[in-house]
Amino acid sequence: MCLAIPMRIESIEGDAGMVNIGGVKRKVGLQFVREATVGDYVIVHAGFAIQKLDEQAALETLALFREMEDLG
Amino acid sequence: MKYVEEFRRSGPVKNLTERIHRSAGSDPLIFMEVCGTHTMAIARYGIRELLPASVELISGPGCPVCVTPQQEIDRAVALARLPETIVTTFGDMMKVPGSASSLEFEHGRGADIRIVTSTLDALVIAGKNPDRNVVFIGVGFETTAPTVAAAIKMAKERHIHNFSVLSAHKLVPPALKALSEGPLKIDGFLCPGHVSAIIGIHPYEFLPEQYHTACVISGFEPLDILESLHLLIRQVRDNAPGIENQYKRAVRKNGNPVARQWMDDVFSPCDSVWRGIGMIPDSGLKIRPQYAGHDILQRVHLEVEPAEEPAGCRCGEVLRGVIRPPECPLFGKSCLPETPVGACMVSGEGTCAAYYRYQSWNAPLVSETV
Repeated sequence: MCLAIPMRIESIEGDAGMVNIGGVKRKVGLQFVREATVGDYVIVHAGFAIQKLDEQAALETLALFREMEDLG
Repeated sequence: MKYVEEFRRSGPVKNLTERIHRSAGSDPLIFMEVCGTHTMAIARYGIRELLPASVELISGPGCPVCVTPQQEIDRAVALARLPETIVTTFGDMMKVPGSASSLEFEHGRGADIRIVTSTLDALVIAGKNPDRNVVFIGVGFETTAPTVAAAIKMAKERHIHNFSVLSAHKLVPPALKALSEGPLKIDGFLCPGHVSAIIGIHPYEFLPEQYHTACVISGFEPLDILESLHLLIRQVRDNAPGIENQYKRAVRKNGNPVARQWMDDVFSPCDSVWRGIGMIPDSGLKIRPQYAGHDILQRVHLEVEPAEEPAGCRCGEVLRGVIRPPECPLFGKSCLPETPVGACMVSGEGTCAAYYRYQSWNAPLVSETV
């Protein structure tokens, strides 16, 4: 099952990163997200980061919801 | 948690629900989700109850454990019975009944079966037990397959010869094609978010082009799913089916080419049997010959008889979206989460488990009220 909660990378050592999810830390493989750096949010599946979260895209989606709400 | 709570706000939920009601019209629409995490989110957040009577949301074969045929479970059981063997698996495979046993039952009889949350944990177990064969039961879609590929590559590079995989992976787009050619007219697919994070949007292109089916790749929060449904309705009402990506924060057009490369290095497509659907061409993954040393099917000879589904179990029809769980005579009676008969009641993301846990399933179905 997919865990749909983005996790923040706190440190990186080689191919592995420590991520933080609501205060709980976990080690994940970063082999598939070479560009990810400390401070990035990643989508984690079965112990591996499978994609870096595009924070700009997340904010744009949220802005769209706000805009629709304003329009009614 | 950041990027979670913002997508659950009640204001936009109300707004999107109103928009869906305004745009849906009265002609019946059938949308199918094909991801177990969507199935659970839809049930947990009561999304079906927010929809107009004309919009029916049905669950497809989105739970990897549920679509794994019984014969594959029997193979895993046979592996667990081999001497000097440790079977490693994701937790939701444990209770799935095979034709005569389950991994949980074998564990109770003394087999060494260990639940892991990552293939890397299975590799560690193999490293610590060099005199025993460690087999990982590889069940999952395109999201999971790269992580299994990574473990196989690492095992080869690090000479962990006692690690192998039973590859029972499945690919989503061939199943969508099989469903599109079935008797059920599906107006649109709510495409899986994290499978798409790997494969991108292009593998779905045949759906609007050949079958005129609307497609929206969706995130997992209530606002994501409602917005995706609104986009699906718009595509159908405008008679302009296409592929829209609602989950832009995690899904790039081209997916994750690095993860796909790992997957392609280790696996090649093969015909595969899906529970309830049957054989679908090129819908599975087999381990390439250069990694044969880590393919359990090439290391040991397993005799497993073809298996029949349990009497009365209608998981197959549930997986094709032909019936809803409450229409199965076993649902909520002899088939319960504690004593499941079919796989759809076992898995944490199975359709029957989702209905049982969250839905007011005694209420009339939407299809009966249209």
